[in-house]
Amino acid sequence: MKIHDPFDLTRCAASTSTLRGDNGSRQDTEAIGPETLVDRAVEGAVVRAVFGHDLERREFLRLVGSGTALALLNSVFPLDAAKALAQEKTGAIEKPDLKVGFIPITCATPIIMAEPMGFYKKRGLNVQVYKASGWAMIRDLAINRETDATHMLTPMPLAFTIGAGSQTVPFIMPAVENINGQAITLHKKHKGVKSAKEMKGFKFCVPFDYSMHNFLLRYYLAEGGVDPDKDVQIRVVPPPEMVANLKADNVDGYLAPDPFNQRAVYEDAGFIYMLSKEIWPGHPCCAFAARKDFAEKYPNTFKALFKAILEATQYAHQASNRKEIAKAIAPRNYLNQPVEVVEQVLTGEFPDGLGNTRKVPDRIDFDPFPWHSMAVWILTQMKRWGYIKGEVDYKKIAEQVYLAADCRETMKSLGYKAPAQNSTRHSFVFGKNKLFDPAKPEEYLKSFAIRRA
Amino acid sequence: MNGIDRVAKTKERQKVIISSLLFLVVVVLFWQLNTKPSVGGRTEGLPGPFLVAERAWEMIANPFYDRGPNDKGIGVQLVYSLGRMAVGYSVASVVAIFLGVILGLYPTLYRALNPYIQILKPISPLAWMPLFLYTIRDSAWAAVMVIFMSSLWPTLANTAFGVSSIKRDYLNVSSLLQISWFRRLFRVILPAAAPAIVAGLRISMGSAWIAIVAAEMLIGGTGIGYFVWNEWNNLQLTSVIFAILMIGTVGVLLDVGFARLAKVVTYTE
Repeated sequence: MKIHDPFDLTRCAASTSTLRGDNGSRQDTEAIGPETLVDRAVEGAVVRAVFGHDLERREFLRLVGSGTALALLNSVFPLDAAKALAQEKTGAIEKPDLKVGFIPITCATPIIMAEPMGFYKKRGLNVQVYKASGWAMIRDLAINRETDATHMLTPMPLAFTIGAGSQTVPFIMPAVENINGQAITLHKKHKGVKSAKEMKGFKFCVPFDYSMHNFLLRYYLAEGGVDPDKDVQIRVVPPPEMVANLKADNVDGYLAPDPFNQRAVYEDAGFIYMLSKEIWPGHPCCAFAARKDFAEKYPNTFKALFKAILEATQYAHQASNRKEIAKAIAPRNYLNQPVEVVEQVLTGEFPDGLGNTRKVPDRIDFDPFPWHSMAVWILTQMKRWGYIKGEVDYKKIAEQVYLAADCRETMKSLGYKAPAQNSTRHSFVFGKNKLFDPAKPEEYLKSFAIRRA
Repeated sequence: MNGIDRVAKTKERQKVIISSLLFLVVVVLFWQLNTKPSVGGRTEGLPGPFLVAERAWEMIANPFYDRGPNDKGIGVQLVYSLGRMAVGYSVASVVAIFLGVILGLYPTLYRALNPYIQILKPISPLAWMPLFLYTIRDSAWAAVMVIFMSSLWPTLANTAFGVSSIKRDYLNVSSLLQISWFRRLFRVILPAAAPAIVAGLRISMGSAWIAIVAAEMLIGGTGIGYFVWNEWNNLQLTSVIFAILMIGTVGVLLDVGFARLAKVVTYTE
């Protein structure tokens, strides 16, 4: 069976039906899963209902272009809702036994807690969460299909899709896991440090090149006039090793995921210098991602998994549930951390290592919506620091990898509120250029004094 | 052996055992004296021997528990590691002995390939890890391949040496008797080179056991190396020290097994 894209100019939508036998060309159906097929069928039906005559349709498409046509139709007819409704009917889970990779950090909270707290089971999935030793391992496990879906850092699926720091493998990122929740931790001997300028000559750790940690630390340092490539040393170190390194005085600090910031305070090795939300409030950090071909091959499984993750994320978003979650994810099988530390991270009530107890309820928060504009910001920084070179089609890559529309659709089908736009302007609290406009990535990039591109 | 000799030997033995125990006591005492007291279950610096012993008892008392994919007992982890090692090591041994015999029998070939072997030999088996992950595309097999690489060279080198230094007479006699190549291999060449081969296998076993721990720390999931890494994650040094002792113990047991085997295959000319 084969369904044509009704927005394709070259085809006749009204030729008997959009449903045809398999005698046509195969090229565009090879990689399309049933979900897309159903979407196409719905789009086709609506297009035919609106235009009726095929000639009119083609004339119209030629005039405005298919993208505009789809957007236009979307505004008068709830296409997304129609698609979602149609999708609800497609059923059986193709692959109930799944393996999902994770790194033991609080960013992965929804992915981890969904196992002990039964979110996967509720969707008919038998998920094994598999602890990996570092981000490179997460990458290889996902690329080699040893994990079906995985916890990732938000820049990773972008990088792998365009082949930066990896072989080129298309990934999709249907949901962000957490926003905020990172911090700059410094060795306790640096308690007097008040600004980036005083950090010249420091040795820092970040968990991975393609991480928000790396980009936020570089951003912070550069805004303070410190060149992250020349004035300091930034090493890639797996988070668990960071505390040990800080204790041993091998490094001066790190921008790392929790619980390793809080753990440094707990171990009396360092103090929390700055929360990442004090640079960019609401910045994304970790994500839920999968190979594109996994979603295409097992659309129902993917959808069920996606829903389980969204439900877990929503549950984690509720501040009142955080203590219960801390207890569920602290054991050796998951984070392997003292409950006390995990609780301090998740509730936002924590000692900062300087003698203060801070109350920051949104120290970490969980919000799944994968804004395209977040992807664009990440890409500008990848280009800024020379991780990618040449022309970058920001918008296209963002749309390809961050499935904002799917996330909205699924969120709505679960009864959650979702943003109406795919892109937004992001405000920073730290830095000279406080507003990031995703429509002008190159201008934004050029506005930085310290950059490699 | 006469009676006086026997008495002297037992005495010597007692001396050894007493000194050995004394050494242990001194080390543990030194360790204890250098441990800062724990405050509310948290210790500054290295945990003391009593905390480690307590943890060790906990782990040994229940070695085969299974609380999900990322939390299994020490016994389960050791079985995983030994299993991985058994596969990689066996395959490597077969390949190494086979190649070693050929290189030992044909000195020209040996000299031609020797430069490559010399280049490959000093490479840390872990350096192959990224390459294996990229090509084999399976982390479990990549770990097995690391074991393969680590246990290939000592056996290969020793076998080639052992075979090439077999007395010419043995080979001449066997060719004079016109025994088939296959029989000659199993009746003359391998038995004659056996002491060297077993010595190689023993060294290989040691390096395989060293490599598996590091490989498992990298790939995660299961095994004693993963156990160390996971406990490190929590800065749970009591478990880490306990695991180190376990790794050593298993290493010794493996080595003792080979020492026995070595005695069996030695011969006097």
